[in-house]
Amino acid sequence: MTGIGEVLPELVIEVTPTFVISTALATRDFQDVHHDPELARERGSAGIFLNILTDTGLVSRFVTDWAGPDALVRRISLRLGVPCHAHETLRLTGRVTGHAVADGEDRWEVSVVGANSLGDHVTATVWVVRR
Amino acid sequence: MIEEAARELAARGESARRVARDPVNLPMIRNWTEAIGDDNPTYEHYAPPAMAQVWTMPGLAGQRPADDPLGAMVAVLDEAGYTSVVATDSEQTYHRYLSPGETVEVSSRLDGVTGPKRTALGEGWFVTTRSTWYVGDEPVAEMMFRVLKFRPSGVAGTAIRPAVSSDTEFFWAGTALGELRIQRCGGCGRLRHPPGPMCPSCRQTRPGYVVAAGEGTVYSYVVHHHPPVPGRAAPFVVALVELTEGVRMLAELVGVPPSEVHIGLEVRVGFSRVDGELTLPVWRRR
Repeated sequence: MTGIGEVLPELVIEVTPTFVISTALATRDFQDVHHDPELARERGSAGIFLNILTDTGLVSRFVTDWAGPDALVRRISLRLGVPCHAHETLRLTGRVTGHAVADGEDRWEVSVVGANSLGDHVTATVWVVRR
Repeated sequence: MIEEAARELAARGESARRVARDPVNLPMIRNWTEAIGDDNPTYEHYAPPAMAQVWTMPGLAGQRPADDPLGAMVAVLDEAGYTSVVATDSEQTYHRYLSPGETVEVSSRLDGVTGPKRTALGEGWFVTTRSTWYVGDEPVAEMMFRVLKFRPSGVAGTAIRPAVSSDTEFFWAGTALGELRIQRCGGCGRLRHPPGPMCPSCRQTRPGYVVAAGEGTVYSYVVHHHPPVPGRAAPFVVALVELTEGVRMLAELVGVPPSEVHIGLEVRVGFSRVDGELTLPVWRRR
């Protein structure tokens, strides 16, 4: 049974250049800062970094890995903190922080933090229906 | 200027709907699940909800349509010197999962623009848009998306503030109100700038001021490349402008590439609000 306070299994992502680039392209994001290290540095970044669509995808994966294949993700709210450059390790942790009934569904609120060596990269709240 | 443009863009409401390049399809879903590392078997039948935005991304060669509110607001802020962008937060709501074969369309509107704010990255404006994805007339997903448009790095720090004295406070009180004030001698009526305590002509010490029409021509200028100046992105142009009233005044010339600046260029004053306490005059091309 799901309950408030339940801790989700951690997800660790090795953010290789291949991961940054393949996720950027799979989300159809062709901004150079997500695939061209030289241009990313020229623009003042330490290197290529994850795009926000990938963060949304990772947060979704992290929650459904726990909630199961029949779960329905209803909302993902996320805030970006420090960037996540290639060669970082991103560690997603989360816990169930709320429950509500909306549209006849049992919705669980899961709070997620994705952190790397610089600090919190992404802070998210996900509403998910477990079935 | 920025607030005005934002109000106007927000008042336009929703942009025309833009149709996804492809219908929801399994090959793109599998590229996504493979890259993200998501092995949820349900995505063999339904699209991951987090892909909502992916279907309508402009792509490698794509361009944002002319009525795209984010593109329009970004152009306004680029012009004002806030040339860097970073996404700060988003909220996506999924009304239902999509199946392969469905075609989505997206429509966006500008929700609001707030700033200027001092952030860790530099001074910038937060631009919030709201998008809705439709299948036919049914909204299937919604998104709030916020970016920070900020002055690029090397622009560390905030603008250098003028030293305001009893001689010059009338000038800065004027810029805050959108008035360009010129000091006028209370004795002989002669105009002078920069302001000082005594008239160099009649030596009276009772200055007043007049409000300038705000138009003039470039008398001389410099293009500043180095050293770095806090709150400024080099290169920038500082122009000495001869006002129609006859006095000459220094300010940054904005919105004109350095290569296009020349002596005699006709300019009009604008006002760049730095924060609640300081507004700087700037020159813009007439």
